[in-house]
Amino acid sequence: MHEFGIMEAALETAAQKTRAAGATQIHRLKLRVGKLSGVVPEALQFAFDALKDKSLAAQAVLEIEEVPAVCWCADCAAEFETADLKYECPRCHQPSGDLRRGKQMELASLEIS
Amino acid sequence: MCQECGCSQPGPYQVGDRKIDAHTHTLPDGTVITHSHHDHGPSHAHGHEHHHHGHAHHILNLNTGILNANDRAAEQNRGAFKALNLLVLNVVSSPGAGKTTLLTKTLNELKGRLRCAVIVGDLATDNDAARLRTTGAPVVQIATGTLCHLEAGMVAEAVKQLDLRALDLLIIENVGNLVCPASFDLGEAVRVVLHSVTEGEDKPLKYPPMFHSADVVGVTKTDMAAAADFDRELALKNIRQASPRAKIFEFSARTGDGIQAWCDYLVALKTAGR
Repeated sequence: MHEFGIMEAALETAAQKTRAAGATQIHRLKLRVGKLSGVVPEALQFAFDALKDKSLAAQAVLEIEEVPAVCWCADCAAEFETADLKYECPRCHQPSGDLRRGKQMELASLEIS
Repeated sequence: MCQECGCSQPGPYQVGDRKIDAHTHTLPDGTVITHSHHDHGPSHAHGHEHHHHGHAHHILNLNTGILNANDRAAEQNRGAFKALNLLVLNVVSSPGAGKTTLLTKTLNELKGRLRCAVIVGDLATDNDAARLRTTGAPVVQIATGTLCHLEAGMVAEAVKQLDLRALDLLIIENVGNLVCPASFDLGEAVRVVLHSVTEGEDKPLKYPPMFHSADVVGVTKTDMAAAADFDRELALKNIRQASPRAKIFEFSARTGDGIQAWCDYLVALKTAGR
């Protein structure tokens, strides 16, 4: 359900930036979504399809880049990608709560004219 | 202004003998971007043009957070709370895990130790607020309508109805939902995720974003563990795996088991000035 609100916020920011650049149409909207962001790409796509007609992105393609969840292991002084979202270092098997990537929810770029 | 990062445009700079007409940024996700500024045009910087529709398309690289507005509001809340030395909890769980019962018990136990107030969010009704008011603590109900989570702006509005200077502890009882509230920082110091024994042992594994963000995980309704065939060891193992940072409490609001330790923890946190 909250993917709708998030997509509305994304479309609003996108419209602002598009107008500020002197353009009137969005052709491609690229989002970057972390595995731990709490949003589901399929639900974002659904929200986009439902909301786009009223926006500058009516003709746009939505692209979603998923970012893996990456933690920092202090003992090994190394990053590791979490497998199945179990935050265990594959080298020393200690759990880590130090998340370095994977929570973001970003408007990455727009293709406009 | 640089369209890649929104920074103001620096002039060329020098490292040792080397002149550099470029700068680097580290994005929030750790990606390092290096780019030069000399080719910035007013509208086509960093972009490229296609002409397949007979007019130019160009790319705007934004890399801007979608929930920036909420995050900013949350930081404002956090700053205000810190300035008042007010301890703020954001309590989340699935519906029916026992948030209101635990909080009612907690408020009663903390009487004379901490001055408390509650902000409680639900889609509709003020039933929870009425239950919490029986403790004598000030309670503000937020009815979110159809919204499945509280946002920082709502909390900022709700605290206007409270005398924050007369408080030590503000507890925000979020909407019963283990998904969406994970994405919305409210400006709390401590995020408390509750999980009742009747929900099984694998809740933490099923809702990773929420559990990973927890500062405290509380297992509720422990008096019902036997009836629910609850495997305590497995549940604790799953919690440690999903919430490596979290402090774990186990309690029963009905029997009062574990409530003392929980309240002592809150008093200690407040005393430590969090």
